[in-house]
Amino acid sequence: MTRTYSALSLFKEGLAGQTGWQPAWRSPEPKPSYDAIVIGGGGHGLATAYYLARNHNISRVAVLEKGWIGGGNTGRNTTVVRSNYYYPESVELYGLAHRLYEGLSKDLNYNVMLSQRGMVNVCHSTAEMEVGARTVNAMQINGIDAELFSPDDVRRVAPIYNFSANARFPVFGGVWQGRAGTARHDAVAWGYARAASRLGVDIIQNCEITDFMIEGGRCRGVQTSRGAIRAERIGMAVAGHSSHLAAKAGFRLPINSYALQACVSEPVKPILDTVLSSPANGVYVSQSDKGEIVIGGGLDRIPSYAQRGNLPTLEGVIAGLLEMFPIFGQLKLMRQWAGIVDVVPDSSPIIGESPLPNLFLNCGWGTGGFKAIPAGGTLLAQLLATGKHNDISRPFDLDRFATGRLIDEAAGSGIAH
Amino acid sequence: MTASRLAKGGSAIDRSRPIRFSFDGSTVHGFAGDTIASALLAGDVAVVGRSFKYHRPRGIWGAGVEEPNAMVDVGGSLASAPNIRATTEPARDGLVTRSVNATPTAQTDRNAFLDRFARFIPAAFYYKTFMWPDWHMFEPRIRAMAGLGKVDRDWTSPGIADQINHHCDLLVVGAGPAGLAAAKLAAGAGLSVTLVDDQRKPGGSLAHRAGDVDGKPAATWVAESVAQLAGAGHVILPSTPAFGIYDHNLVGLNQRHFDGRPDTLWRVRPRQIVLATGAIERPLPFANNDLPGIMSADAALVYLRRYAVLVGRRVVVATNNDSAYEVAAALAEAGADVTLVDIRRDGMPDTPAKVRLVKGQALASASGRLRVEGVTLDDGTRLDADCVLVSGGWTPTIHLFGQARGKLAWSEQRAAFLPGDAVDGIAVAGAASGAVSLSEVFASSVNAVASLGETAEPAPRSTGPESTGGISAAWPMPGSKGRIWIDYQNDVTAKDVELAARENFVSVEHLKRYTTLGMATDQGKTSNLPGLALMAAITGRTVPEVGTTTYRPPFTPVPLPSFAGVRVGEMLAPLRRLPLENVHRASGGVFQEYGGWLRPAHYGGGADADRSIQDEALRARQSVALFDGSTLGKIEVIGPKAAEFLDFIYYNTMSTLKPGRCRYGFMLSENGVVFDDGVLVRLDEHRFVVSCSSSHVAAVHARLEEWRQDRFGRGAVYIHNATADMATLTVSGPNARKLVETLELGLSLDDAVLPHMAIGHGSYGGDEVRIARVSFTGDRSYEISIRADRAEPLWAHLRQAGQAFDAVLIGLEALMILRAEKGFIVIGKDTDGTTLPHDLGSDAPRAKRQADYVGRRSLFTDEASRGNRMQLVGLTVPQGEAPLPTGGHGITRIEGRLRSQGFVTSSYQSPTLGRPVALGLIERGGARHGEAIEIQHLGKIRTATIAAPCAFDPAGDRLHA
Amino acid sequence: MQLFPCPFCGPRDESEFHYGGHAGNARPDGAGMPAEGWAGYLYLRPNPKGTAREIWVHMNCGEFFVMERDTVSHTVLSVTTLGGEHAA
Repeated sequence: MTRTYSALSLFKEGLAGQTGWQPAWRSPEPKPSYDAIVIGGGGHGLATAYYLARNHNISRVAVLEKGWIGGGNTGRNTTVVRSNYYYPESVELYGLAHRLYEGLSKDLNYNVMLSQRGMVNVCHSTAEMEVGARTVNAMQINGIDAELFSPDDVRRVAPIYNFSANARFPVFGGVWQGRAGTARHDAVAWGYARAASRLGVDIIQNCEITDFMIEGGRCRGVQTSRGAIRAERIGMAVAGHSSHLAAKAGFRLPINSYALQACVSEPVKPILDTVLSSPANGVYVSQSDKGEIVIGGGLDRIPSYAQRGNLPTLEGVIAGLLEMFPIFGQLKLMRQWAGIVDVVPDSSPIIGESPLPNLFLNCGWGTGGFKAIPAGGTLLAQLLATGKHNDISRPFDLDRFATGRLIDEAAGSGIAH
Repeated sequence: MTASRLAKGGSAIDRSRPIRFSFDGSTVHGFAGDTIASALLAGDVAVVGRSFKYHRPRGIWGAGVEEPNAMVDVGGSLASAPNIRATTEPARDGLVTRSVNATPTAQTDRNAFLDRFARFIPAAFYYKTFMWPDWHMFEPRIRAMAGLGKVDRDWTSPGIADQINHHCDLLVVGAGPAGLAAAKLAAGAGLSVTLVDDQRKPGGSLAHRAGDVDGKPAATWVAESVAQLAGAGHVILPSTPAFGIYDHNLVGLNQRHFDGRPDTLWRVRPRQIVLATGAIERPLPFANNDLPGIMSADAALVYLRRYAVLVGRRVVVATNNDSAYEVAAALAEAGADVTLVDIRRDGMPDTPAKVRLVKGQALASASGRLRVEGVTLDDGTRLDADCVLVSGGWTPTIHLFGQARGKLAWSEQRAAFLPGDAVDGIAVAGAASGAVSLSEVFASSVNAVASLGETAEPAPRSTGPESTGGISAAWPMPGSKGRIWIDYQNDVTAKDVELAARENFVSVEHLKRYTTLGMATDQGKTSNLPGLALMAAITGRTVPEVGTTTYRPPFTPVPLPSFAGVRVGEMLAPLRRLPLENVHRASGGVFQEYGGWLRPAHYGGGADADRSIQDEALRARQSVALFDGSTLGKIEVIGPKAAEFLDFIYYNTMSTLKPGRCRYGFMLSENGVVFDDGVLVRLDEHRFVVSCSSSHVAAVHARLEEWRQDRFGRGAVYIHNATADMATLTVSGPNARKLVETLELGLSLDDAVLPHMAIGHGSYGGDEVRIARVSFTGDRSYEISIRADRAEPLWAHLRQAGQAFDAVLIGLEALMILRAEKGFIVIGKDTDGTTLPHDLGSDAPRAKRQADYVGRRSLFTDEASRGNRMQLVGLTVPQGEAPLPTGGHGITRIEGRLRSQGFVTSSYQSPTLGRPVALGLIERGGARHGEAIEIQHLGKIRTATIAAPCAFDPAGDRLHA
Repeated sequence: MQLFPCPFCGPRDESEFHYGGHAGNARPDGAGMPAEGWAGYLYLRPNPKGTAREIWVHMNCGEFFVMERDTVSHTVLSVTTLGGEHAA
């Protein structure tokens, strides 16, 4: 059996008809108890299990997934990885994730195709340029790579952008992060699953949480569609279901859930090299390694748990896209879909112990969870292993809502609420 | 030549109108009515493209929207787009078409060598390699291989795509026999019907399959039915695929035009829907089943009957079901040498005349290089062939039903998923519902219409030969020899599915994502079911246990401009414009967008805008300035509880304000953050005007309404947004009063009567004007509000009379300088989403007010009471230095690491002071006046001094001067 | 495109409406309110998966109202005015 992935093993397997590969992860029956349970087999949950085993030597761990791993927002996002954040707390968090991403393929022995072709947030007015400068300076002060782009710089990285004089939103410049880019989303889930499974973690699919076992005011395990499973520490990383499970556990979260749509065009030969975002047009866009133009925009404005695309938001996003890239008017939409994102008032995640002791949260990433997977996993793993916060996760505890110490990136970029 | 055009026949083509277009540089001849595919076939072009991954040569598979292979880039005046499906695109004179993913041509593709390495690059191979030394080393070359068609960088839009909102009682999707019958039944029951079809002509299978209806040939019945429906005013849209069913059964249609116009998007809101979307023929699994010349049997019949194209001379028809028998018969009749290979041993229809039948045999493999040359049967028999037609059975087209969240039910008898439980307002008819014979089809239409609660009579009757639906499932099986293609476009073979199963990617969604099965531009219309049937066989599950992937729109690709519609250019986000825009333009106003408003930034100045802005700001302080402040919000709050309401809304107490007076105040959000600032005017006891920031008018209005309806009810307070009703023209400066006096408004401008922060009423030219002594410049100012449509004469008067005072027109940029000199803030620029009122120096209400108001409790959290909050300050630099960079950060160093202490929010050169002025939010700034602070901007550091925000006339004498 | 029935104007496209929050989140008197209680009012939400009671505003007529709907299927179950009158 071939265990390690490499060009050589691929070549050998090629000669052998690709028949020697092992399952990427095992699918065992659930055991009655574990040292730790992670609810949610998305990127964050799988990464949590992996880092529990790797960083903390705790491998009697189960990942419980209602459907199939990576089927939630991990497999529905537009795959952008970046750390162009404003506040030091965010920089620490997303900076950790970004650094871990940079070593992830080798760490997991799974090519997650981190493609650091850079990202520019286009600025369309003097006011946006001033906020752009504020952001670039904050990033540089906090040790993150950033440049303030002139219109010519934007033209250099995206020559097909709409620079015409009658563009609705003319280009004044942009905020550039060269280390930003994209990664292959499914591969992140599968890579973590494979690595965790090899360290002894049980990945249990089609296992839905029906209730929490609460004894003496503490969480002691979960009832599932595949029976009761006990553990001393339980982590929850279930984007799009956080409030739903919180209700079962008896508490509320500062979360509203919305659909976030994305879509892709038919594949075309390479035409767009970097990730671009234009807040004025309400669009972010990149071209995948398959050639599809990957398009994202704002949230649907109606609270929803339906993972389903619709027209009103899509129409606005595509109108913005065509204003940015008029020549994309010759392309066709191939596929649209939606994921459910858990939106927190300050748009920063919640990491920490829940109001139900022993149950730990990793939720509320809103639209930005994918880029944070390695950090979310590392930090939740530490909480589960030690019961204590890492310095990086401390500011993101649920208690910030009572103290008022929110970490509101939108606020930092000058958007008054 | 093997494929060829017959001398006669072809219901879709007009032989009197020959056309010519090019494909991969060669000329192709055809007739009006041809598709690109039918013309290519008629010209015996076998290789029309290359597959995505292995660059395998590919020929035309089908005749409709399911086509996985025949994609072309199209150029020319009538169409210009990549990845056009040759099977649905009309051939037109002068088109320039190129195969996709091939260099230089599909026939001679340079990358064809990749197929020889196929064994080393199976599904998902890229996850297993390219990690050392780094993916970045490999990615550029892999990326260069990606994509199918090419984007034309010189493309220009042919115009705006129309969008149509449409309502009807019944939308019928599919104008084949089932759809036509349903449409006629519904029309007969008095419903308004809209009938759409993705083909250019209605008829569906009746356009090429045999049948008689109500005693007439099918074609006659189709033509009469269509004429009857159209004559009765029902809407019939050919070439219009329904691409999606969305929330509350809104249906999206993509109406194609082939005359150079962009396609039209229809948003149809039908009361009810009948899906009569037919079925799609599946391939058969055998080695090399992707060779050019291997095609759908039904498609061959389409090409024969509609386009008079005989797809081969020596034809093998391979099937597992009855539907291919009519194909074999027709091709033999047309002169081809036909061998029919059926996997079944018994229960088949009669063998057609002139057709050799081989029964109980399946194809094991096909051979050939750039086109098929022959096949080998399971028993080793080899048959020569220049064309192999296959029918692996029929997959009902239930994508739209699936999108509407209809549940599917597996039918072993049909070897397919059929629509399961009904969805509200949606019925399925015809082949999509599993019907086969015309009689069954018509019965299903009757059922469909009846299930929607409508009477359904008289039903059409099938009076001719009936097709039969016999089938013996023929799914790909594990362990088969050779390379059996499942997904043609994305190059997914049976071995890839087996590999996925081996590696535990057994969930149908994992299978799709891991192998890319069904993710190509055809979205798996021919491949999904065989793929999951194979997965079922490998893992010992049934097909329904494996299940299907989620059906996602669009069913067929839709041009992006259809979604944008008129939202192009300025219509993407319409600008708000001043009533006096044209007047300002005539005065040399240079316009910019500010918070959605188009406003004069400055007047004249040409290339040297800065100088003209400096000049405006300087002259404004010297004599008098005219400024158009019409964008300022004017929201009236009226009613017996208006004062109580405003006390709750504002951070500052407002009920103590006397009629005729104004007060500056903040509105907070419930989280305590300053949401807006502005002046409140009390017109009389129960009537106020809220002046809010220009860009916040809609949001302030919405908040006022929300609190009113939540807490005060209908009777107590009334709110009216009068912003657009009135223009507001501002006169500011030492000579402001003198200039305003020339207007003779009929009210006293005496400071005792009209002091600072008071209002007066007068009239100009017979129109009421309101005059407010409010200042955003720090100089004596008069804001004059008048009906927007009567503002022009007043403005003209001010300009004319202003000449005597050397009055200057100032734009927003000069105003920004003037207010920054005074330390006046702009919300959202000098504040951010964390700024609390006491950060701006407004402590008193927080300290003293006892009554509750919006946001109050949030001003007393740990965070709000923190000692090192950022506070509004002025920042000064020595005379002669450049202004500080807006967005630069104040910094300190802690253990060698930089830390931000806040930032510069506004910064200008002050012409009056002769030095730069700046505002900023700096930690503990209020207590640090006089301290030096380092400001970092783009890596460079300067030193500034923290000061009070107000840099000019701190005593405020000029307000009264 | 969902159709929402404004109690005053009848069925209209979703794009004419704005979500106002979940129904029943009564504003507490801030004075003396513990920080946790105030944070609960400001931030904690039931966010139900399934039937939700919500406040909406129809921006065209400006009226707020209560709508019950299913957040998974998007079926609208009922609308009432703030005063509690049921609409047809």
